[in-house]
Amino acid sequence: MSKSKWFLFLAVAVIAVALVVSGCGGAKEQGAQQEQNGSSGNVVKIGLMTPLQGDVKTFGESVQKGFELALEEANYKAGDFTIEKVIVDDRNDATEATNVATKLIDQDKVAAIVGSVTSKCTIPASAIAQAKGVVMVSPTATAAKVTMDPDRKDYIFRACFIDPFQGTVGARFALNDLKAKTAAIMYDQGNDYTIGLAKAFKQEFEKGGGKVIAEEAYAQQDVDFSAVLTNIAKQQPDILYLPDYYQKVSLIGKQARDKGITAAFLGGDGWDSTELDFATMDGGYFTAHYSSDDPRPEVANWVTKFKEKYGSEPDSFATLAYDATKLVLKAIEDAKSNDPAKIKEALQAIKDYPVVSGNITFDDQGNPVKAAAILQVQKDGSYKFVTTVKP
Amino acid sequence: MEFFLNQVINGIQLGLVYALIALGYTMVYGIVKLINFAHGDVFMVGAFLGYFGFTYWGLPWPVAILVSMVICAILGVVIERIAYRPLRYAPRIVALISAIGVSFFLEYFCSLKFVFGANYRVVQRPLPEISWHIGGITITNIQLLILVAVVGMLILLQWIVHRTKVGAAMRTVSFDHDAARLMGVNVDRTISFTFALGSAMAAMGGVLYAIAYPQIQPFMGIMPGLKAFTAAVLGGIGLIPGAVLGALIMGQVETMTAAFISSQLRDAIAFAILIIVLLFRPSGILGRTEPEKV
Repeated sequence: MSKSKWFLFLAVAVIAVALVVSGCGGAKEQGAQQEQNGSSGNVVKIGLMTPLQGDVKTFGESVQKGFELALEEANYKAGDFTIEKVIVDDRNDATEATNVATKLIDQDKVAAIVGSVTSKCTIPASAIAQAKGVVMVSPTATAAKVTMDPDRKDYIFRACFIDPFQGTVGARFALNDLKAKTAAIMYDQGNDYTIGLAKAFKQEFEKGGGKVIAEEAYAQQDVDFSAVLTNIAKQQPDILYLPDYYQKVSLIGKQARDKGITAAFLGGDGWDSTELDFATMDGGYFTAHYSSDDPRPEVANWVTKFKEKYGSEPDSFATLAYDATKLVLKAIEDAKSNDPAKIKEALQAIKDYPVVSGNITFDDQGNPVKAAAILQVQKDGSYKFVTTVKP
Repeated sequence: MEFFLNQVINGIQLGLVYALIALGYTMVYGIVKLINFAHGDVFMVGAFLGYFGFTYWGLPWPVAILVSMVICAILGVVIERIAYRPLRYAPRIVALISAIGVSFFLEYFCSLKFVFGANYRVVQRPLPEISWHIGGITITNIQLLILVAVVGMLILLQWIVHRTKVGAAMRTVSFDHDAARLMGVNVDRTISFTFALGSAMAAMGGVLYAIAYPQIQPFMGIMPGLKAFTAAVLGGIGLIPGAVLGALIMGQVETMTAAFISSQLRDAIAFAILIIVLLFRPSGILGRTEPEKV
């Protein structure tokens, strides 16, 4: 590059930086208060951090709906405090997540953040929230590192269960409700989600006196499972545990039935899709965050309200966001304070608080202890609520 | 013993599907010395067309297979005309890169929403599933169908190559393009014919594959394509019986590894065997130092 080109480049860079800085300044509220986070008087600010653009935009939109409905329902009040909301978009980008988390905390002075949606964004944002002492409740980030890295981040909580928990619950359901004695497990050797579920299932199933007769791994691009399934068919287990996503389990399920395997299929929330092969997986069970058919009053109330406002059934993202928001409101009310340190203590102290996805108590890692729903696949493309299994 | 035989049958089924793809690879290689990387994607297009045929267009499944074969034959000719023919006298690496380009183009073009879409589709089998149990071993009508298709194709190919005029032209072109032209062979037309034939077979393989493993998506051709290519090399690339032999060996090795050693090692062992065989027989199992091409 010649000297003049360097100069041009520098000039453009300087202008760009100047624009960004002034842009940020413009967004700053007039007369921003100098109090610490938690805002002044009887006002508490709650931030929502969610991807409203990018690859998981629909997740983010659902989360926003759940968040806003929870606030409206509470009439923007928690105890004696008035709630103000601030919504930011992290675009499911880890760098952007740290930017908007910093903005929420330093500029908007929020006391608590609901978010973010994916583990990828929540992990870096939670490090900031923890360092600055602001409460953060993620509705849907399942990675262990969100709340522990490697020590407990005591300001960080989540409203969803973590992956291995589904395996544990699945095993208990197989043992107690299906009276299964033997099981075969097939999982994707390259996917932490399915490995986590498979491991936890095996551990719990064997602890309860069951026998795992086969544990087979496959690669993500495999389509021919006939060799492994012929092995499994010879031993006819009671359960075939398939903790993978909907496309893969549909394919394995079809070939398993081809090979004469009569075992009940069991899996995790990766099955939850309209693109599951319902005819093949008919009668199979999977663990899920919640079911809209669960007879608890909180569920019916939520489904009706959501339909009234948005005209569609709530998905699990909206549901968990609603729950996360309710938990924050409850903690503010209990704490009788807008100080994040007190709110965090109140959250940790919550006991059996009824929200849509269960009655929530937090364990010492900030994960909710609540029941998982068991759903059964129906031929016609729907799910039937079977039961809930407590941890 | 019955258990072992059932695994052998699983391996044959997998091997026969690889064979249908491997035949196309080996023919094209025999004629133009080009590894047609887009072949696995023609296989994918064939699977989709067959699926549309018997699911949405209301065709009986044998007709759907034929329609898919015809359309893919045209696709194969078009690919050759656009992406390979202009490069025929360029260095071989250029045509190879062009083939990789066509492969990616087909995959991503077909992933577009208004083409096939990127999501997985479940294939409802168009024929009833029947299985016969003979002394403890189980054979399904789908396995028989694949067997008949491969044997039929193999006989047809051998007949075309050794008994017809166009086959004689193919064999001539495989030896030397320029000499063939001097002998009055229309080289371009012969090469087009080879692509049409290979692509039609890939299409048939695709539809049968979609019936046997009932799920399709635009990237489904990559792994079977690679395995079939490996099989063709293993058997001796350029040789029609070699492709079938290599494919059957690949199918057995994969199945036996998964059944008796570990399902995690199936690809590792299959490809390790490939390397070992090639170390001792660089031109493949049936390959000779001066093999008869095609």
